[in-house]
Amino acid sequence: MNQPFRLPEGGLIDRDKPVTFRFDGKSYGGFAGDTLASALLANGVHHVARSFKYHRPRGILGAGPEDPAALVQLEPNTARTEPNLRATEIELYEGLNAGAQNCWPSLGFDIGAINDVFSRFFPAGFYYKTFMGGPGWMFFERFIRASAGLGVAPGEIDPDHYEHTNRHCDVLIIGAGPAGLAAARAAASTGARVILAEQTAHPGGQLLDEAAGQTTIDGMSARDWVKAVREEIEAAPEAMVLTRTNGFGYYNDNWFALCQQLQDHLPLAERDANKPRQRLWHVRARHIILATGAIERPLVFAGNDRPGVMLAGAVRHYLHRHAVLPGRRAAILANNNSAWQTAFDLKTAGAEMAAILDTRPDAPQVLRDRAEALGIPVKTGAAVTGTLGRRRIKAARTGDIEGDRIAIGSAEMIGCDLLAVSGGWSPNVALFSQSRGQLRYDDDIAGFRPARSWQEEATVGAANGTFDLAACLAEGAAAGANAARVAGFDDASQSVPRVSAPHAIDYDITPAWRLPMERKTDRAFVDMHNDVTSKDLDLAVREGYRSVEHAKRYTTLGMGTDQGKTSSVNGFGILSEILDTPIPEIGVTTYRPPFKPVTFGAVAGQHVGANFHPRRTTPMHEAHVEVGATFEIVGDWLRARVYPRAGEDFDAALQRECKAARTQLGMLDASTLGKIDIRGKNAREFLNRIYSNAWLKLPPGRCRYGLMLNEDGMVFDDGVTACLSDDHFHMTTTTGGAAGVLNWLEDYAQTEWPDLEVYLTSVTEQWAVASLCGPNSTALMAELLDDLDPDPESFPFMSWRPAHIAGIPVRVFRISFTGELSYEINIPARYGRWLWDRCMALGEKHGITPYGTEGMHLLRAEAGFVIVGQDTDGTVTPIDLGMDWAVKKTADFVGARSLTRPDTARTDRRQFVGLLSEDPTIVLPEGSQIIATPHETEPRTPMIGYVTSSYMSPNFSRSIALGLVEGGHTRMGEPVYVANKNGTPHRASISPVNFLKELGGAS
Amino acid sequence: MLIITCPYCGPREQSEFHYGGEAHIARPADPQALTDGQWAEFVFMRSNVKGVFAERWNHSSGCRKWFNALRDTSTDRFLAVYEMGAKPPQIDAPELRTPAGEPLIGSGNDETKVMTEAEMTEAEMTEDLGGGS
Ligand SMILES: [Zn+2]
Repeated sequence: MNQPFRLPEGGLIDRDKPVTFRFDGKSYGGFAGDTLASALLANGVHHVARSFKYHRPRGILGAGPEDPAALVQLEPNTARTEPNLRATEIELYEGLNAGAQNCWPSLGFDIGAINDVFSRFFPAGFYYKTFMGGPGWMFFERFIRASAGLGVAPGEIDPDHYEHTNRHCDVLIIGAGPAGLAAARAAASTGARVILAEQTAHPGGQLLDEAAGQTTIDGMSARDWVKAVREEIEAAPEAMVLTRTNGFGYYNDNWFALCQQLQDHLPLAERDANKPRQRLWHVRARHIILATGAIERPLVFAGNDRPGVMLAGAVRHYLHRHAVLPGRRAAILANNNSAWQTAFDLKTAGAEMAAILDTRPDAPQVLRDRAEALGIPVKTGAAVTGTLGRRRIKAARTGDIEGDRIAIGSAEMIGCDLLAVSGGWSPNVALFSQSRGQLRYDDDIAGFRPARSWQEEATVGAANGTFDLAACLAEGAAAGANAARVAGFDDASQSVPRVSAPHAIDYDITPAWRLPMERKTDRAFVDMHNDVTSKDLDLAVREGYRSVEHAKRYTTLGMGTDQGKTSSVNGFGILSEILDTPIPEIGVTTYRPPFKPVTFGAVAGQHVGANFHPRRTTPMHEAHVEVGATFEIVGDWLRARVYPRAGEDFDAALQRECKAARTQLGMLDASTLGKIDIRGKNAREFLNRIYSNAWLKLPPGRCRYGLMLNEDGMVFDDGVTACLSDDHFHMTTTTGGAAGVLNWLEDYAQTEWPDLEVYLTSVTEQWAVASLCGPNSTALMAELLDDLDPDPESFPFMSWRPAHIAGIPVRVFRISFTGELSYEINIPARYGRWLWDRCMALGEKHGITPYGTEGMHLLRAEAGFVIVGQDTDGTVTPIDLGMDWAVKKTADFVGARSLTRPDTARTDRRQFVGLLSEDPTIVLPEGSQIIATPHETEPRTPMIGYVTSSYMSPNFSRSIALGLVEGGHTRMGEPVYVANKNGTPHRASISPVNFLKELGGAS
Repeated sequence: MLIITCPYCGPREQSEFHYGGEAHIARPADPQALTDGQWAEFVFMRSNVKGVFAERWNHSSGCRKWFNALRDTSTDRFLAVYEMGAKPPQIDAPELRTPAGEPLIGSGNDETKVMTEAEMTEAEMTEDLGGGS
């Protein structure tokens, strides 16, 4: 296919593998090995996006993650679509489809560009100033969000899957440019465990961005050296190279997060659904080497954002990696030596060189000589003051710099279809700064570089401000050897690669943070992602935003998805000029993870769907599934809620189950109850200090209900504990509270009372529990038990007995959470399912009916039993619950002293009471506020409590409710009102909580 | 995520531990003898130190033992770990240099992000290799 800007040979592309792709609705051709950006440039397409705020045409500025503006929507209108991807980083695959974003109706004609015409009405801080008055930001936000913005988030569930993996290593190296490769080779040679991560598909870094043969290392061409070193590293037994891996987060104690793209480069049809699309690596490294290179800065001049204006280093990248000529007639604008190489390379590749424009008053003779030899016109002390061309540059206007102005009469138009710019190179210190290392400003390179490490880390190569290749390699090798030594591996190969690069250009820079402009209306962009101009920074300072962090937020400089990779340092330089303050005193903004965007999919990893929060199930779980139970989540558990029969709805099933449990026989899977085995000669004393009631006299064979309080006197868990022997107890806790209670007990046992001999063991999962309830339960128990008479006369309430069922040892507890005759059978977990099935079979003739958690809640509400966490909210004392009987006066216990604090001793506290609605058919909604009068008043009627539990009781044929009401214990029979959002409040009366006694006549 | 050194098991990931708040606050031996104010002081009041802080940790997903640690809350660096009941060891606290009272490096405070030449050591001024460490 026609690729008019593709060179006939060279590059790292595979010309045997042509690729067809679509961009903005048009079809193009490229080659395997292209990025979307390089393929578009090969087709002469520079205009690829509209800017965020002014909708200005934007082109491809860079060649990697630094690019601020060439953002596209990948695979639009599919479940895999991804917004705001940089064209410079998307590897081309057959059939790729990319859409232009932030434009309507099309990239070429975009209505939103009207913002650009009226840009003087949209200065920095415009949104805040305009919308904080008047109707307010809340009103305008949705309009602004709709018109501004970037790409579109996918609307469907992500069809791909992702995974997380963890690694420990001795040396982690981020970046496989020359310094990173040298470091990895040295470290790997010692046998240390080494991970080398490279964000692109190919190690090599800058060595791939130069003409083949320009540099020789150890007698090999640079590209061969890269290949050889990679093979050497991969051959080391403990080393690995990860490509397409973005090291994005440097956290405490050398914990590092990397995102590896495994399939993004493959055609959609070739992706393996059984493999993850991306993998998130959590690496803990003894030592980390950052070889993250440097990022080229644009220059800030009028019209610097026009498509066809590119970073000079990016031009070399496309030229040498992809054999693409980004322009046929090019000009260079630079404040340093490095961009001259671009001019020489373009000329050698066949482009016409219109001019080299250097802002410095003079340039080194050696460069001038080479330019002259190649026939390239050179102008020093020159600026560009404007650019022409609609969707691509066609000319640049230049002039001579005279102080902070352009010399009158010096203007000149230079025709060009490419303007390669360089404002110098900023060491890429983002990850170093994330590690909390300290930077210093280096005048020699006009950039911030690492000064002092905070973690076990070293930064090498261009990231450390070292731009000479031989020095980069030496620095890398030394750091790799040192890192291995720190990790305990001594014998690093000490060979430092020898470099021969006779035509290498020394980096030499005289900063020009912003070039003079000719007209007041001219605009020069500092941040091309967020459309921040140099004048916005002037405005910010004028309005008092002098701190770099404030100016950043006021202008949004560096706050785009590119995190200001190309704009930050220019912004600091310009602020330094405006404020007439040295750059080191201006400081830097804060670098935060991620270094570049990471997909939500990778962050979520395998923790989606059923794995988002894995559920615990009981040994009897399958039995509930088989009969079609519906389930609810309780803590980490999945519990059967009701067991609807065919044709039965939730309410009907619930009513049937609860009726059966009181009149015949009900069975509950209570296996989820927290169970803690407590042993030791001081176990009894320990319980006496923990629980609010008395435990010293509970004999073996008996059980007791207990309340646990926090030191603030508030109830936080409850349960029944059985005395197995004088030094051995079996504690039960709420299902959701089990882990918390165990930790809390351990805390007291270890830290407050280490003198008590007590041992705590969770046995929740060791026992399966079937709770049998109802008048027929004794008959079933008699059939089940081998060796125990279940007669309630001889086996009284609140006692327990060891026994056997079909020879299996069990513990039977005569305890009840329903107020009904009950037995709880604890059986070793592996017999749980068997026990359930046996009870169902033997119980059939007794009318056995399984009931779920909803029935359990209803039945206990009929009996007026509290559920901690439902009827309490962390502000309820035992006295508030009406459980004074469970508070001992004879000894101290956790929380005891708080019960006599003035606030906890108040008599008008919210207290636990029953609530009976006047209309027995109305089930008061749980959570409803309780008020004292039926009429709302202004200001709002005081709320005196709320409904905590509410049900339709099948056994009393009316609704019942529980709640917390101010002074409720002394207001029995008094009317209250329950707020009703759909009408007049419901009238109800306060009653004691035990409805079995109140309504059922039980004693 | 931090590495925390359990005195019984050695260095482990932070996700294995539970935090237990300020250390060395003993439960009063006779709570009933305290005034309401004294009791409230024990139940509710904790110091909120910037700098070296004695705190409790529980190796909850490991040996389940509680222990004490000294941590610099401005840098998150652990300075010492020691057993329950022991007195905090003497440590060399870092010199506090920022106006906000934080160490020269590690806090992430704006004042520590960039260092001036005056703050640099001679070795750092001349060193070319390795960027630091
Ligand atoms: Zn441990």
